[in-house]
This record gives sequence, structure tokens and C-alpha cells, in this order.
Amino acid sequence: MFAFCTDPSILPDWQWFACYLTSGTHLAFYRSFLVVILLLSVTAPVALAMGMAGALALRSHFVPINLIGRGYVNMVRGVPDIVFFLFVPIALGQGIEWILHHIHCPDWDQPIRRGNDFIVCREAKVPPVGASAWARNVYSFTMAVVAFALVFGAFVANTLYGAMQAVPRAQVETAEAYGMSRAQAFRRVVMPQMWVFALPGLSNIWQILIKSTPLLFLLGIQDAVYWARELGGAKTSLFTYPHPDWRVWYFLVLLVFYLFLTWISERGFGWLTHRLSRGQATAEGDRLRRRTA
Amino acid sequence: MKRLMLTAAVLAFSAAAASGQDVVRMGTEGLYPPFNFINDATGALDGFEIELGNILCERAGFACEWVVNDWDTIIPNLVAGNYDTIIAGMSITDARREMISFTEAYKRASPSAYMALAGTDPSVIDDGVIAVQSNTVQAGLVAEGTATLLEFPTPDDTISAVRNGEADAVLADREFLLPFMTDSGGELEFIGDAVTPGDGIGMGIRQSDDDLRAAFNAAIAAVKEDGTLNELLTRWFGEDEPLF
Repeated sequence: MFAFCTDPSILPDWQWFACYLTSGTHLAFYRSFLVVILLLSVTAPVALAMGMAGALALRSHFVPINLIGRGYVNMVRGVPDIVFFLFVPIALGQGIEWILHHIHCPDWDQPIRRGNDFIVCREAKVPPVGASAWARNVYSFTMAVVAFALVFGAFVANTLYGAMQAVPRAQVETAEAYGMSRAQAFRRVVMPQMWVFALPGLSNIWQILIKSTPLLFLLGIQDAVYWARELGGAKTSLFTYPHPDWRVWYFLVLLVFYLFLTWISERGFGWLTHRLSRGQATAEGDRLRRRTA
Repeated sequence: MKRLMLTAAVLAFSAAAASGQDVVRMGTEGLYPPFNFINDATGALDGFEIELGNILCERAGFACEWVVNDWDTIIPNLVAGNYDTIIAGMSITDARREMISFTEAYKRASPSAYMALAGTDPSVIDDGVIAVQSNTVQAGLVAEGTATLLEFPTPDDTISAVRNGEADAVLADREFLLPFMTDSGGELEFIGDAVTPGDGIGMGIRQSDDDLRAAFNAAIAAVKEDGTLNELLTRWFGEDEPLF
């Protein structure tokens, strides 16, 4: 990074650290924080959408859809997250390959499963044979988002379902008395009011999602925790920057990062709750009303 | 719908992929110097196996890409097709042959060594607590003996365990331990040797991938023949390393 970094072993301390903290591995470490933040910002809306679909399915009077919703929510909530993170990418990846295999190579006569191996024809490989490293990264990142969204969507679904039920029944009855259909009452009365009931639950799920991001390494993505472990481990004189076991410092940095992230979100959710409580028939809404009156 | 979109997205990426040379994905651990590690100055993979792997790929006419994977899941991910070879200091053993196949060895079975804090009685080899990396030949060796087995997911953790007294000694490849001992200024020392079982170190390849195995076997034979491999072995492991 700096011109004087050619031979770190003879540098004074501050220059050694300047070089050390800007080494190739450290730059990768800093990038991994961005990956974590990117994953959070992509996963949250997808999980929210999954959750909304799940909640609507749970409310549905049409039995098959209701059953699908119930099955999804209960199954995902009942299985340890880590199992899902291991299962989804493999099952989904092989599922896609299996489908593509049957589309592209209908006259393939050898079995797909041979002993331990899962073999599909060349054209059915996902990501395709010869895909760039960039495309593969996007693929594994997408798999991670799908796995996270599936797991957290189930929790969101239950929270949103509870929030929809919490909107006072009298409001819906009034809406119906004005001649609104079930769908209209839901859209105009339940939807705008449910968020304030959903927020505490959603904020919980969001905090858990933040804390789950280290599971990324299971999916082959090198996240901040992986790099902290790798960089902090003792380095022998074989390396350019030998040092003893410094993991405790690196984990301290992670601790600060995650605390900062959760602290920021806590404030964000506080502001949202305040904003959404205006004019609501809740204790907070009452308080706001009295203050302005 | 989601699956459909994903498929469409993935297909779109493939359009950008260049055809031509076969891309072979090489799986490694990146935590086991001097075999394979991440160069702390550049952030790129480095080590004996990285250099050798690139040479082998060049000889065999493959475009190689490197993938870093946890040691514990390195075989399942090969079988699942996440990469095409394992080149990670893996000893060729019969137990592993049941899961995957191996190329010819590119390094002879290297001696393992017990390393402990200076002054530790060598009898801990038989009745002490021995730290090893899980799923290694050394783990198997300790499990068969009388000492207590203490397993860790990364090689680094095994050294820490000895330093902080959790384990009496660590058993690992001698080449991996040597820099730790010389750097420690007398704090750590070797207290005994052990013979590493297995038929040397080779590349792991899926059992069904016969063509790939044949291609790498030919490349390995070629580098053995012209002395390239011996030069690499001496440079990375010192003069005492047995050559081909």
C-alpha cells in the first residue's frame, strides 16, 4: 500500500502497523464488512416479502394455501437454522441442476447419483462450467440470501400474522359496515395499522438476522468472522507480518462492529415506532395525541 | 417463481463466461503453511501446493481457479461438485478412498511430530492430552493410541491449545510445526516423532472423474520427470525433504 512497505521486518512500529493494517488480507477483511451489510440490506426486504406472503397464506380461508403457509412456518421454525443453511444451498443447487439436466440432456443414459457423487451433464451445471469467479460469487451470495430469507421469512410471517390479528376487530367491523369488501378492509384498515403491532417482533428478528450473518462462512462466503479468525491467528516467520495470537483484538473489533450495528438499528426502530404510532389506538398513539392536544 | 428467476439469472451470467480452456476449480484450506496459506501481504493464496497446482494446471491445459474451504467440509463439498479437486496437504488413506479418489502422490508421506512446551515429559505422548486437527491422519493416529484426543477445526487452534495449557502436546506434520518451534525462541520443542500413515500426499478427485484424474496424473508424472517437483519440494520444505 505504502512505498515503504517493501520490507516490513526492518520498519519502526508505527510504519509496521501502517503496512500491516493495509495488507492484502486486511483489505479483504474490510471488504467483508461490506459483504455483511450488503447481505443484510438484500435479505431484509426479501425476508419481509416472504413473511408477508406467509402471513397472507396463514390468514387465507382457502384450505390448500392455508396449509402451505402453516407447513412453511412451522417447519422452518422447528428446524435449527444451521441445518437449513446447510440444506438449502445443496438441495436447491442440486434441484436446479436436476431440472436443467432433464431439460438439456434428455438422452443421458447414466445415473445422476453414482455412489457419493451427484453427476449431471455439462450443460446442466450451475453455475455453468467456465463461469467467472465473479458469477460464482454472485451465485453463492444468492444462495445465501435465499437460505436466510427462507428461515427469517417464517419468523416474519408469524409476527405479521399476529400483528394483523391485533388490529382491533371493531375497526374491521366498521369498515365492513361502510360496505367495504374483505380485501378492501384489509388493504385500507388492517394493513396501515398492523405495522405498529409488528414492529417489536420485526425488530427482534432483524437483530437476530444481524447476529446470524457469521453463518455465511458455512455457505462458502468469507465474512468478517472468518477473516478475523484468519488474521488474528498466530503467524510464523514464514509470513510477511509475523505476530503472535492476536485473535482477541480482532474479535474485539467484531464485537464493536456488531454492537454498533444493533445500536443503530435499535435507534432506527425507535424512530419508526414513534412515527407509526401517530393516530393509532395504542398506548403510544394515545400519548402522542395528548402531547399535541 | 423464485427458482425460475434464480435459474434465469444464473443463465444470464453464463453468457459472459468465456469458452475455450476447461476451468478446473481447485479446493484448498488456506490455513496450513507451508502447504497452502493466505499470503498476508497480498491477500492471495500462496504455498507449495498453490505453486504446484498452478504448474499442474498449466501442463494439463486447464484454467484453474482456487476455492478456499473449511477442512471439515472439504470432502463433502468436493463430492457435491462445489469444486473439482482437493489440493490441501491431504494424505492418501484407505478411509478417504472410500469417499473420493486420489491422484498419484506429489509428496512422500511426511513425518509427523509431537510439539509441546519446553520441559514437557515425553510420556504425555502415551498418557497426556494431544491436540490435533479433526479429520486428519494424525487424529486417527491419536484415537488409536492411549493418549486423550482433543480435536480442533483449524491447525492454528491446536497450537493455541498447547500454548495455553489445554493440551500437553500437538501432533501434526513436522513441516507445519517447524516454523512455530523456531519462532518461539525455546518456548516450544519437539518431544517425539510419529510415522504418518498413508501413501503420501495427493490430490483428491471425485471417484467418477476419471478423465480429470488421468490428466492430473500425467501432469504429476511430467513434473516428477523433469525435476520441477523436486525443485519445489526443496524450496518449500528444505534440503532434507525426500525427493522423487
